[in-house]
Amino acid sequence: MQVQSMHFHSRSELKLQDERLQKNLRRLADKFVSARAQAMTEIDFDATRDAAVERRNRAIHNLDVWLELFEKKATERGATVLFAESAAQASEIVVSLAKRHDAKTVIKSKSMVSEEMALNEALQRAGVEPVETDLGEYILQINDNEPPSHIIAPVIHKDKEEIADLFSQVHNKPRLDDIPELAREARQQLRPKFLSADMGVTGGNFVIAETGSVALVTNEGNEGMCTIMPKVHVVVTGIEKVLPTLEDFATMARLLTRSATGQSISNYVSLLTGVRAKGEPDGPDHLYFVLVDGGRSGLLGSEFEEMLRCIRCGACMNHCPVYQKIGGHAYGWVYPGPMGAVLTPSYAGLENSLDLPQAATLCGECHVVCPVKIPLPDLLRKLRERQFDRHLRPWRERWALWAWGFVAMRPHLYRLIFGLTNRALRIMARGRGYIAFLPLGSGWSRFRDLPVPRGKNFADRYALWKSSRPETRS
Amino acid sequence: MVALANNPRIALFVTCLVDLMRPEIGFATIKLLEHAGCEVVVPPDQTCCGQPAYNSGDRRSAHRLAERVLEQLEGYDYVVIPSGSCAGMIKVHYADLFSDDPGLKHRLVDLGPRIYELSDFLANVMQVENVPGKLSAAVTYHDSCNGLRELGVCAQPRQLLKLIPGVEVREMKDARACCGFGGTFSLKYGAISSAIVDEKIGNIQATSAQAVVLGDLGCILNIEGRLRRLGDDKTQVLHIAQVLAGEV
Repeated sequence: MQVQSMHFHSRSELKLQDERLQKNLRRLADKFVSARAQAMTEIDFDATRDAAVERRNRAIHNLDVWLELFEKKATERGATVLFAESAAQASEIVVSLAKRHDAKTVIKSKSMVSEEMALNEALQRAGVEPVETDLGEYILQINDNEPPSHIIAPVIHKDKEEIADLFSQVHNKPRLDDIPELAREARQQLRPKFLSADMGVTGGNFVIAETGSVALVTNEGNEGMCTIMPKVHVVVTGIEKVLPTLEDFATMARLLTRSATGQSISNYVSLLTGVRAKGEPDGPDHLYFVLVDGGRSGLLGSEFEEMLRCIRCGACMNHCPVYQKIGGHAYGWVYPGPMGAVLTPSYAGLENSLDLPQAATLCGECHVVCPVKIPLPDLLRKLRERQFDRHLRPWRERWALWAWGFVAMRPHLYRLIFGLTNRALRIMARGRGYIAFLPLGSGWSRFRDLPVPRGKNFADRYALWKSSRPETRS
Repeated sequence: MVALANNPRIALFVTCLVDLMRPEIGFATIKLLEHAGCEVVVPPDQTCCGQPAYNSGDRRSAHRLAERVLEQLEGYDYVVIPSGSCAGMIKVHYADLFSDDPGLKHRLVDLGPRIYELSDFLANVMQVENVPGKLSAAVTYHDSCNGLRELGVCAQPRQLLKLIPGVEVREMKDARACCGFGGTFSLKYGAISSAIVDEKIGNIQATSAQAVVLGDLGCILNIEGRLRRLGDDKTQVLHIAQVLAGEV
């Protein structure tokens, strides 16, 4: 997917003015945040996530070993494992598979990696019709291929009314009001595609090395249709999603759905292994795994390696005060929120996403809720360090930091400047206690007054106060 | 250390924002610590803990300031800071800054455990059972991010507020949610920042408390500045030290 993150500033301001979006985003906090908190009371969160960190680290620290084992085991069961260095290459591979199997229609279940790959566009260009079958993704596809705004709730930015309008317009049917009826209408549209598709493409929440399986965690049942109905099943996922053992998956599953939607377990959890064997009632005749690097191996051994633990639950964005206000589209690439603010610079270029590491309050809530303890605020700070070192910040900011550092290292100068600033602020307030306009701080004063000091600064007053104390005179 | 606990010698790290914007918080802190039986020293020539540079990616400046602060704060029984943000910076993040300097790291290992945010120190180290503050009001408490998430400051301020007979603590919705300040974030992304603080202000106002009490000056300036801009001149924004010391 093309990066649009350079437009973060202007886009985020537009999103703030979109009253409908603001109303829709409020559901995030009301629904996901409280549901997660409730679900976590069912398990020992700290102990489970310690175990999850250990298991994800074990996978990542020997990624090559586990990927080779996975390839061996999956191949033994009749699957073909293909590695793609870039997202674009992964896209080419899937297109060539569609061609090889003469596929006219490809049904897809939800996959964020396929968004990295811009797979739908690539298939379309090759004359293959991609059909999104996850309800949220389907809604976006019929809305002129709108990108998802959330990694697990892709259509969280839309309300029922918008979707009802869209359905009646695109399906050319009377407008429906009821959510189950809308879902039924989407199912009616999708049914013929499910029955006629030649190839199914799914993501993979994890791939399991010891068995060569893919684990799929979903809520809608469309994934079952995508993996069982067509003769060809293609799994696209990141190379970092490998887990050594099924036991590892059990630990991850405890955390994934609780973190994501607050469910103890999702409606469907599938572990699919191999092609349909003799005597088995279902399963694909051909099974392919396209495992995408797309920048991931570059994080191995780097100070951003911990990011590879990410299991794509979305808890960081659900709990992010910035995401809660601007939604996912402003971030401008595949992954929004705190995890996206680390992944986008890492996979799509720091120079293309200058705002993302900066547009965070570093409040730390994302780290607190992360089921694999990724220190997201620390990683954002490290990206800021890279920006600073590579001179990717505006000269005014660099100058201000330099000046602050210079003054703060010289206490006498510091005290002089603080004394003058203190007095200047009080003069500017003209006795009102607040300043409404700051010449050098319009980012502040456009929205807020600045409360000013009510007297001289502490250092000046303290010297006086101390000398006036009887006990210190002796 | 146990023997000292009755009458410990404290280094007060005032913080640059208190020094410049709300000096009375510094004096309220001294009053509280002395009331609790501490001897308070304000090490001279204090400036900044280095957090603005650290969070802006200027690691070298942050390191220089951190080294300076470390030197100033050594040699006391405890260091007390009326800010969870600056206390978190020194207690938690200096370890990262000093990661490649074993000498500094070693000194921090000695100092770190003796650094406290004010309310944490009063409640858990001095275990105060009374405070000089007198106030008859309903207040609500906002958990500032770094104090809460880096230092575990949450129950301590509420417990201390309850020591004042006339104070009623009314919990607001999402007290632990960020106010949107975020240091330079509030300048760079003023629109997002103010949308976040509006959420906080709605939750504060919904409690009908006369004052919101909190422990960090950044959040105070952000919340108070936005309240006044929105025309709310009634809701007071008070530092926990001011309330506990009776300097309101």
